[in-house]
Amino acid sequence: MNQTIKTGYYGDWGGAFIPEVLYETFRELNIAFKEAKADPAFRQEYLSLMGTYSCRPTPLTHAENLSSHFGGAQFYIKREDLNHTGAHKANNVMGQGLLVKRMGKKRVIAETGAGQHGVATATMAAKMGFDCTIYMGEEDIMRQRPNVFWMEKMGATVVSVTSGTKTLKDAINEAFRDWVTNMEDTHYVLGTVCGPHPFPEMVAWFQSIIGQEARKQILNQFGKLPSRVYACVGGGSNAMGIFQGFLQDRTVELIGVEAGGKGINSGHHASRLTGKDASAGVAQGYKTMFLQNDDGQMRDTHSVAAGLDYVGVSPILADLWQKGLVRFSSATDKEVMEALDLTMKREGLIPALESSHAFVQAFKEAGELGSDEALIINMSGRGDKDIFTIAHAFDDPSWKEFIRKKGAEYAA
Amino acid sequence: MQLNDHIKKALAAGDNKILLMTHIVLGYPSLEANRQVIKQMVDNGVDLIEMQIPFSEPMADGPVIVKANQDALKNGTTVRECLDFAKEITSEHDIPFLFMTYYNILFKYGVENFFQKSKEIGITGFIIPDLPPEEGEEFFSLTDKYDIAPIMIYAPTSTDERMKELAKFGRGFIYCVARKGVTGKHTDFDTEFNDYMQRCRKSTDLPLAVGFGISRREDVDYLRGRADIAVIGTKTINLVKEQGVDAVGPFIAGLR
Repeated sequence: MNQTIKTGYYGDWGGAFIPEVLYETFRELNIAFKEAKADPAFRQEYLSLMGTYSCRPTPLTHAENLSSHFGGAQFYIKREDLNHTGAHKANNVMGQGLLVKRMGKKRVIAETGAGQHGVATATMAAKMGFDCTIYMGEEDIMRQRPNVFWMEKMGATVVSVTSGTKTLKDAINEAFRDWVTNMEDTHYVLGTVCGPHPFPEMVAWFQSIIGQEARKQILNQFGKLPSRVYACVGGGSNAMGIFQGFLQDRTVELIGVEAGGKGINSGHHASRLTGKDASAGVAQGYKTMFLQNDDGQMRDTHSVAAGLDYVGVSPILADLWQKGLVRFSSATDKEVMEALDLTMKREGLIPALESSHAFVQAFKEAGELGSDEALIINMSGRGDKDIFTIAHAFDDPSWKEFIRKKGAEYAA
Repeated sequence: MQLNDHIKKALAAGDNKILLMTHIVLGYPSLEANRQVIKQMVDNGVDLIEMQIPFSEPMADGPVIVKANQDALKNGTTVRECLDFAKEITSEHDIPFLFMTYYNILFKYGVENFFQKSKEIGITGFIIPDLPPEEGEEFFSLTDKYDIAPIMIYAPTSTDERMKELAKFGRGFIYCVARKGVTGKHTDFDTEFNDYMQRCRKSTDLPLAVGFGISRREDVDYLRGRADIAVIGTKTINLVKEQGVDAVGPFIAGLR
């Protein structure tokens, strides 16, 4: 990728700002990861697990109807929604699960925003026989109740986090508080390419499977490289996953799409690299661009998509942004609902609210490209988990009637 | 080093002496309450006070101090106000005051500016739990210049080798975290703890402070001979919340 200045740094960003009590744990984790990464048998074990337990390689779908609708580039969609548990999160979680086995630990903990990472971790824990605790903001539990149900059914304990803004960043803080107490038998399965080193590198490595597949698939199906690749960016793991397949190709433009919420100038968004509300800072164990005030206190963020509702962004992406290797844009909640509606109607695909952000930007730009060019959208997850949020946003009368009836049934 | 000298002198003042350091979160429940609590602490013999500048992501703290940080910020407490308040306090009371906070507060203020300002208002040491020496190049290059003691933290998980490495950076005293976990939970003082304290002692000539879970006279007595400074954190925060400011004085007086 890019040259690092100091261990765990990507240009100005990254590092490991960790309390002393975790120093030894990180030292061991660094060694375990380094050994696993250098061991071809480990990658083979990982690929075999992903091919038999999950649905890898996930397909690359030519979206012909969207292509003709916009009359420009050929749309190709990388189908991470078809991964087991319905999102790219499984790629990272299964890899870390194998690492936990190598380290001989018995318990895993994780934070979750949208719940996808929590569900993936609970799934991995069930399959590999680990105890599992998931930290989730109270507000996110309200937004993503179905995922809470599945995590609990798979045997995980879901802890509702009521401190701070009650969202993803607070769940991360709580997970760290658990870890500083139980590091001896517990591994913290961080869900994205953020946090202290080696997490950004580790998660990016496991997620690179998306880009490796996508590059092969587009060459196979389209005969040449795409002109542009779009991915939504919360912490940045699905974006890093697919971008890594094309970083060496300077003809491929990489576009990260952040949560524009109620608008980039509204103060209610989660856009770190687009807009003017973020600045360099150190929190949650690493240095990146954070949405914070002049004192260094983190701001409230907003997005219709819980998985993008986060104050920081991957240090690797901050570096690629600074070097001009990835372009960033943002999509508002309203644009996201429109893009989702169109994608369902034209292609019969239900992207997650997070993934729909990437669709928005591709829709805006498809007309700039010729029909002999291709673009790829990373559909990082499926949207059926969002049924309550989506049905609410569409103000769907028949759904509301159903909920009312169900409520009456339980009240009786 | 003013903090070193002060601590040595205080420890030399009696046999089997143990000093008390207390912790307050600035702006919680209010700066006015902080003012009264500090006066009670100093009047009742506290030797050092760490003042926490609130941060929105206090990763190493337990629920009580997390809530105190959050409420202080909700009250609108700013870094500027904390600095002004500290200036007033240090000129009023003749004991060492330290700042405890997270690195982002310094980073956003400008690390050297923060040192300069802190020196100017009479702060003698910094406790920054999320800044290991590996990430503190700029920070540790400034501690001697401004004569502000960087308080290094030991944990039970620190190896002997690691302790020696940390001690090289330390001034004033070493803060020994009594157990794994976050602030505010009870600590069992057992053989494991004794072994740990012996390892700490062997690794450095600096005085040893012990914090995390110390809330009673028995705890302080137990630490005599094992440590030089007992740190009371969460306990007084709870006390102020449950019984009001006036409960602090008698509590402190009863610890030794």
